Amino acid sequence: MLREIRPAIVVLVALTLITGFAYPLAITGIARLIFPRQAQGSLIERDGRVIGSELIGQEFASAKYFHGRPSATTAPDPDDSTKTVAAPYNAANSGGSNLGPSNKALIDRVRSDMEALKKDNPSTAVPIDLVTTSASGLDPDISPEAALFQVPRVAKARNLPEDRLRQLVAAHTEGRLLGLLGEPRVNVLKLNLALDKLPAG
Amino acid sequence: MTITGWIQILVYCAITIAIMPVLGGYMTHVFNGERNLLSPVLRPVEAIIYRFAGIDERREQSWLIYTVGMLLFHVGGFLILYALMRLQAGLPFNPAGQGAVAEDLAMNTAMSFITNTNWQNYGGESTLSYLVQMLGLTHQNFLSAATGIVLAVALIRGFARHSVQTVGNFWVDMTRCTLYILLPVCIPYALFLVWQGIPQTLGPYVDATTLEGAKQTIAVGPVASQIAIKMLGTNGGGFFNANAAHPFENPTALSNYVQMISIFAIGAALTNVFGRMVGNQRQGWAVFAVMGVLFLVGTAACYLAEAHGNDLLNALGLTGGNMEGKEVRFGIPGSALFAVITTDASCGAVNAMHDSFTALGGMIPLINIELGEIIVGGVGSGMYGMLLFVIIAMFIAGLMVGRTPEYAGKKIEAKEVKMAMLAVLILPLMYLGWTAVAMVVPSAVASMNNPGPHGFTEVLYAYTSQTGNNGSAFAGLNGNTLFYNITGAIAMGVGRFWMIIPTMAIAGSLAAKKSIPASAGTFPTTGGLFIGLVVGVIVIVGGLTFFPALALGPIVEQLAINAGTLFASN
Repeated sequence: MLREIRPAIVVLVALTLITGFAYPLAITGIARLIFPRQAQGSLIERDGRVIGSELIGQEFASAKYFHGRPSATTAPDPDDSTKTVAAPYNAANSGGSNLGPSNKALIDRVRSDMEALKKDNPSTAVPIDLVTTSASGLDPDISPEAALFQVPRVAKARNLPEDRLRQLVAAHTEGRLLGLLGEPRVNVLKLNLALDKLPAG
Repeated sequence: MTITGWIQILVYCAITIAIMPVLGGYMTHVFNGERNLLSPVLRPVEAIIYRFAGIDERREQSWLIYTVGMLLFHVGGFLILYALMRLQAGLPFNPAGQGAVAEDLAMNTAMSFITNTNWQNYGGESTLSYLVQMLGLTHQNFLSAATGIVLAVALIRGFARHSVQTVGNFWVDMTRCTLYILLPVCIPYALFLVWQGIPQTLGPYVDATTLEGAKQTIAVGPVASQIAIKMLGTNGGGFFNANAAHPFENPTALSNYVQMISIFAIGAALTNVFGRMVGNQRQGWAVFAVMGVLFLVGTAACYLAEAHGNDLLNALGLTGGNMEGKEVRFGIPGSALFAVITTDASCGAVNAMHDSFTALGGMIPLINIELGEIIVGGVGSGMYGMLLFVIIAMFIAGLMVGRTPEYAGKKIEAKEVKMAMLAVLILPLMYLGWTAVAMVVPSAVASMNNPGPHGFTEVLYAYTSQTGNNGSAFAGLNGNTLFYNITGAIAMGVGRFWMIIPTMAIAGSLAAKKSIPASAGTFPTTGGLFIGLVVGVIVIVGGLTFFPALALGPIVEQLAINAGTLFASN
């Protein structure tokens, strides 16, 4: 059995260097050459400043922007490092609410979010993705229904015709891949960037 | 439920079946030591490793030496990973300035990665440096996967050979598996993932100023290279806390689909390797059919439950299924299918939060793990787990007709059945036992995120997942406590190695037996009767073991929801 010790050490070290060092560094090098934008995180710049990543959702609170889904991410409490505080769309600490289906906290949260949304648009049914947190807390997308639901609010805040915004939402709606994979969706950050470019009404 | 959703599921099955014989044929060549397409490039590397290690690749080992080699290898891997985590603050490739990982968390994480569990008590982006992610985790993703595969191959050799004392050479099998099978798939796969949007950089986290002027720190890193092997090797440990739900681990519907295909690829191909090595591919297809039946039932049940949604939310006027803890780009079918696949295999990656699934939808992943992750299963571990159940099923069939059971030309005798039972019984002992202990430890109960029966399910899921080396979680449970870190590490270690050692003993015992030709009295093991028998044994053994625990968790929760009962934290 002792003679298995040398192969154990040599094979472990060799395979560690190949798979833990050579492989990731080679992929890093090749990726930088052929997919430089994605390799850095698909960042979006405006006026020379990074404003986010097209794949990572960000927090929108103002009435003049389309809002993403509720986010359950947290950050360490600055006053007490053993606790955490709510920090929506914290892209340095991803995670979901993990509330179970029978948890009163979940039902109460959804109910109060629904009431708030209905004030902006009383005539349309609330789309479920607008009142449920995503798994990552960083979901960049909302459903087309969730975007259309917000059109009256955004139109009023920006003093733009609702039809113009519906066209914008339609233009930013991505369908299923090959008509099969995934779900129809709208990237909130890209939609809001396009919104900022619209001439004022 | 949508027609598109069902078509997504059926196309998935078709692709998995199409890949299987191709990959299975190639893997058989590799483990038979034959030259192949990649030999001109890889053979020199392989030869250098053998020379420095003093390995004679033609000298094979008995099952015992093979197992000892495997254990030594894991002790070394554990020490490297533990040391890297404890020392990361002073080591390079740490642009986010992560400090040393605490002792108990480092122990749990190291155990988790060497056992192919990849349980996440750590939150990747907030705890670990790039060096640990690469040299610690990415490398263990490869090696724990390779270990599972080579052990399954050793057991298959036990069936395929006769009257010999050896089952292969562990060092040669590990080296060939890593170099010829895992790496050549991972290199193009990782680049595909970068193309889809997964970052691959050693640069620091990005500081962005959002449209509304807030500051957002975006964690990046050498992600794609790790995700490729995390899926292919059914490891499942995320670079980020949110795992495959994070847009940087799984950016598109296409990346999601390909990741699901890669989870099953090697596990399914091993059934084909089995068929080829025992000289009858139909034997392999029959084993695969057992897996297929259980897979389809689980998928349909989970998809139906999630598409139906949470009755308590539907009552508020919401429609569209249960979207709490799911991502829009995957939707309900892409999340439900992923949850079933990741727990059928011992992957444990998640693209939706299982904790927020409906009571019955969340019960399906739990059942999948409790059945022993034999529905395709972890790379290798699923195959040997399934063969253990086949041995038990053949034993029961033999009792019914009063003949010595045979399988793939080998007599199944007392030693094999005892060893198979030992391996099968240890799993429930761990996950039911530790759940019971946790229920009477106040600090363990305080870690629950949800009140009522759902909290119990969180704890049951945690130990089931760790014992089964799955690694997915009802992630609300705060598992990063001394109690959970230590008991979880024990569950993972026992769940992995107590399965492996009896399995290897069976491999050695079978290899030494004579091969007997099939006769008119041999039970046919390629037909519907065999498939039905094995499915029946799995469901009965599994059901008797964990049904009472399920009744206390998800089943009572569903009944409460039906009655409109809510649970509140006090």
